[in-house]
Amino acid sequence: MSVRHALLALLSDGPKFGLQLRQDFEARTGEVWPLNVGQVYTTLQRLERDGLVAGEDADDDLADGGPRKHFHITPAGEVELGHWLRTPPDLSSPPRDELVIKVLVAVQVAGVDVHEVIQVHRRYVVELMQQWTRLKADATTADEDLGFALAVDAELFRLDSVVRWLDAAEGRLRRRPVDVAAAPATPRTAAPLPMPAPRRRTGLRR
Amino acid sequence: MSMLEMRQVTKRYGHGPTEVNALRGVDLCVDPGELVAVMGPSGSGKSSLLTIAGSLEAPTSGEVFVGGADLLAMSRNETARLRRRSIGYVFQDFNLLAGLTAAENVALPLELDGTSVKVARRAAMLALGELGLDDKASRFPDQLSGGERQRVAVARAVVGDRRLLLADEPSGALDSENGEAVMRLVRAACSRGVAGVVVTHDAQLASWADRVIFLRDGRVADSTAAVPGPESLLTGGRPS
Ligand SMILES: Nc1ncnc2c1ncn2[C@@H]1O[C@H](COP(=O)(O)OP(=O)(O)OP(=O)(O)O)[C@@H](O)[C@H]1O
Ligand SMILES: [Mg+2]
Repeated sequence: MSVRHALLALLSDGPKFGLQLRQDFEARTGEVWPLNVGQVYTTLQRLERDGLVAGEDADDDLADGGPRKHFHITPAGEVELGHWLRTPPDLSSPPRDELVIKVLVAVQVAGVDVHEVIQVHRRYVVELMQQWTRLKADATTADEDLGFALAVDAELFRLDSVVRWLDAAEGRLRRRPVDVAAAPATPRTAAPLPMPAPRRRTGLRR
Repeated sequence: MSMLEMRQVTKRYGHGPTEVNALRGVDLCVDPGELVAVMGPSGSGKSSLLTIAGSLEAPTSGEVFVGGADLLAMSRNETARLRRRSIGYVFQDFNLLAGLTAAENVALPLELDGTSVKVARRAAMLALGELGLDDKASRFPDQLSGGERQRVAVARAVVGDRRLLLADEPSGALDSENGEAVMRLVRAACSRGVAGVVVTHDAQLASWADRVIFLRDGRVADSTAAVPGPESLLTGGRPS
């Protein structure tokens, strides 16, 4: 999440002082996505320069003698915020997923039981999910943390998809019981993650 | 003392060429107040484990204790009473009685066990309400959606004074919101001291449990460690 758009969003429900923005920013995003709070002031300056927010000096001064600035979002800022909200993030290229890579490699390495490798990862991910779910179960008694609950759900769905992939991978490997690692190695030096050569299905489907 | 204790339980179906070893020596203890989830691929023995724990089937070998009582030493009448009074069971295919309304289905085990109709109905309405089914209480099962039927089955299993709750895929036909409502109800039962075992393919549901065991080919292949405090998630130190 960009600090820029987070600040526009915070200003969209009314003008705020810089310090207040900093506190709101921390309160709303800090717990789940710790972000660099130091950027808040420089980002505000840039937003002001670009005409997306406007600041006025307030009547009272800060203790250190500088003027207190009161910020509000401009119409151009609202347009920018609306545009950003509706622009899908780029999900076109798959992320480099270390867990996927480990399982793919485990299929190749002789003497490694890929099912055991899968289970180690599955257990770890389920344990993480138990922790998030515990948080969710405890949190909703005080239901002001809607944002927090949504973020925890997002994390649970993400981890859930990992477990589902591991289950699917295990099923696929079981249906294809030929031991790839034990098969005579075909020289395949260039490709780090070769696709297994198509093999005739053995009649072991259950 | 464990509410459920299974020792070296095996289950064999059929014999000769059709023999299936559904369970091959399972040990499982569940304490009062504890919720255990059972995960594992299709055919790994999850339902077999649950039906044996619920005294619906006898193991081929091994021992099963519910509340300290040896299931194998009980008469049919005694296990029937145990099931009615102490064990809540959610079947993979719901198992509602077609001739009874949702509320009557939920109240039935209580009424069979001697609770007055009025008290049983009130408990039934309460459980249905917690699953968002207040307005469906007087419908018959064939007038309910699959997910609604499933929630009625869950309500029936948690109602009353159960000590052991066994649920086989209690969320199979539910969306995530209703799946969560079911698990909250199950958790609430456990916080009253009920011991729970939930069989599920769904890791999000399983993650409500204190402990997750993984079955494979009729054996407990693995299980999660105790859930650490949630602080560990928010302090950043997540291993990669
Ligand atoms: N009554 C039965 N007669 C013969 N075999 C059976 C019987 N019940 C189960 N089995 C077999 O025992 C094995 C374990 O079945 P079980 O129902 O316990 O699996 P499961 O883990 O619950 O699977 P699923 O996730 O598909 O519900 C399977 O191979 C199944 O075919
Ligand atoms: Mg089953």
